[in-house]
Amino acid sequence: MKIRGRIWKFGDNIDTDAIIPARYLNIWDPQGLAAHCMEDADPEFMKKMRPGDILVGGENFGCGSSREHAPIAIKAAGIACVVAKRFARIFYRNSFNMGLPIFESTELWGLVENGAEIEVDADAGLIRIVGAAADPLKIPPVPPFMQQLIADGGLMNHLAKGKAK
Amino acid sequence: MTMTITEKILARHAGLEEVRPGMLINARVDIALGNDITAPIAIDVFRKAGAKKVFDRDRIVLVPDHFAPNKDIESAEQCKIMRDFAREHQISHYFEIGEAGVEHALLPEKGIVGPGDLVVGADSHTCTYGALGAFATGVGSTDLAAAMLTGELWFKVPETIKFVYHGKRRPWVSGKDLILYTIGRIGVDGALYRAMEFTGETVRGLTMADRLTMANMAIEAGGKNGIFIPDAITEAYVQGRAERPYEFYFSDPDAAYHSVIEIDVGKIEPQVSFPHLPSNARGISQVGDVRIDQSIIGSCTNGRIEDLRVAASILKGRHAAPGMRLIILPATPAVYRQAMHEGLFDIFLDAGAVISLPTCGPCLGGYMGILAKGERSVATTNRNFVGRMGHPGSEVYLAGPAVAAATAVAGRLAGPEQLILGTEPLLIPN
Repeated sequence: MKIRGRIWKFGDNIDTDAIIPARYLNIWDPQGLAAHCMEDADPEFMKKMRPGDILVGGENFGCGSSREHAPIAIKAAGIACVVAKRFARIFYRNSFNMGLPIFESTELWGLVENGAEIEVDADAGLIRIVGAAADPLKIPPVPPFMQQLIADGGLMNHLAKGKAK
Repeated sequence: MTMTITEKILARHAGLEEVRPGMLINARVDIALGNDITAPIAIDVFRKAGAKKVFDRDRIVLVPDHFAPNKDIESAEQCKIMRDFAREHQISHYFEIGEAGVEHALLPEKGIVGPGDLVVGADSHTCTYGALGAFATGVGSTDLAAAMLTGELWFKVPETIKFVYHGKRRPWVSGKDLILYTIGRIGVDGALYRAMEFTGETVRGLTMADRLTMANMAIEAGGKNGIFIPDAITEAYVQGRAERPYEFYFSDPDAAYHSVIEIDVGKIEPQVSFPHLPSNARGISQVGDVRIDQSIIGSCTNGRIEDLRVAASILKGRHAAPGMRLIILPATPAVYRQAMHEGLFDIFLDAGAVISLPTCGPCLGGYMGILAKGERSVATTNRNFVGRMGHPGSEVYLAGPAVAAATAVAGRLAGPEQLILGTEPLLIPN
């Protein structure tokens, strides 16, 4: 899987209330949630972003609530993937379970500015900054079980395939 | 091989002799929990996967508490999805309004969760049940769907950080102050992916209410779970409540820890966490002059009877400052009734408080106390992120019930000692 897109950069500890404020949790339709994606981090975000763009976060991205509405909102908004220094654990789990591609990189955040273009090569485990001369950045490998989760299309499909065997 | 309490509970539920940090395991789940926000998505995922039957109708708990009693039409629809599912699958632990309360206060109180259990909940504060010596962790809606279907879930075994609390607590210092101080010390990602084991002579003397408060906020340091070693206080709490047989697990004396953090409790004063992170904790003597519009006393963190008693002891014979909105939310119907019987409602009403029904309500900006732009609330809740209680331009200051009550009277951030000593110029004795 290769993902190429323009990045939107956010800071450390982007919490799930910033990704999808709790006042919208009376919505569970993905498109309805997407309309408010990142609203409390950047109220103009949904006006500025284009489908296929990439979110770049700092430390502890997705901390706070367990709400799966957060990765659902990001995915439904058309964000291709999220790259952060580290993810909060429930957000990390949720993303693998529901099929939002996420990648860890401690280096990328310090090397790019808003609007930069990057290419994530998930199979090779590399991130390339488009137009930069530097060597591609390495993504730490994902455990085989979690690679299988992604390959199967999320947790429920994974369980269904396991049962079919 | 030696193991921590967290590792032992995970090993037992995975059917393994031992587990080590970093291992990916598949483990049996004793209780799977959802609420009116997270269950509708889980139910949708469950149905879309073609699932027809839950693994055990007695092991699934569904609680309408976040936006219930229904705050608007959308919330009503979400609650209805959960209610219909509970009926269809004859879920024994579905709680209708009147029986329902804030889930993490309700489940321990009813004995639905107990020592040695492995509990998953589609709510991040599921970690509360670690107070009982259980492994309990928050998961997402897809995880809940999988757990409802199979009764199992995948886990990565966490490393454990051991927190050792020693020394005597100062007056008015509660479990809330200890945990805010701890998060302030290690940061909101200080325990990321890790178990937080709370030990030491000070915590051995803490009530179950204080332990529940501390375990509740493990997630605010990024923790996977927070856990206490069960003891006589645990036994006294679960006796007569536990629905199922329970088991005490103990960390081996020479178990391996990621790190050990020693905390001298004698140095800790009542804490306030400033906007917009729970880790922005300060001692009450360091808060400065901060005018406050609203005081919220309740939630899964501090909505138990012990918390309301502390608030009442300060509010008795006093009145909230002019312009202050003081909102008390007993966390469950049992807490509500107990507070009423003890005469706490009279104290609260005389102090100018409004007493809400049991709901998560304002904690997550749902209803029952939403803030306008520029307004500030002190709250006994667990998060003070941007926009958490209303307008993105509002502010939440986290504290225990003593500080929240004293602040309500003073009209600005204050602890009970400042109040009693009369050092606050705005004091209005009743």
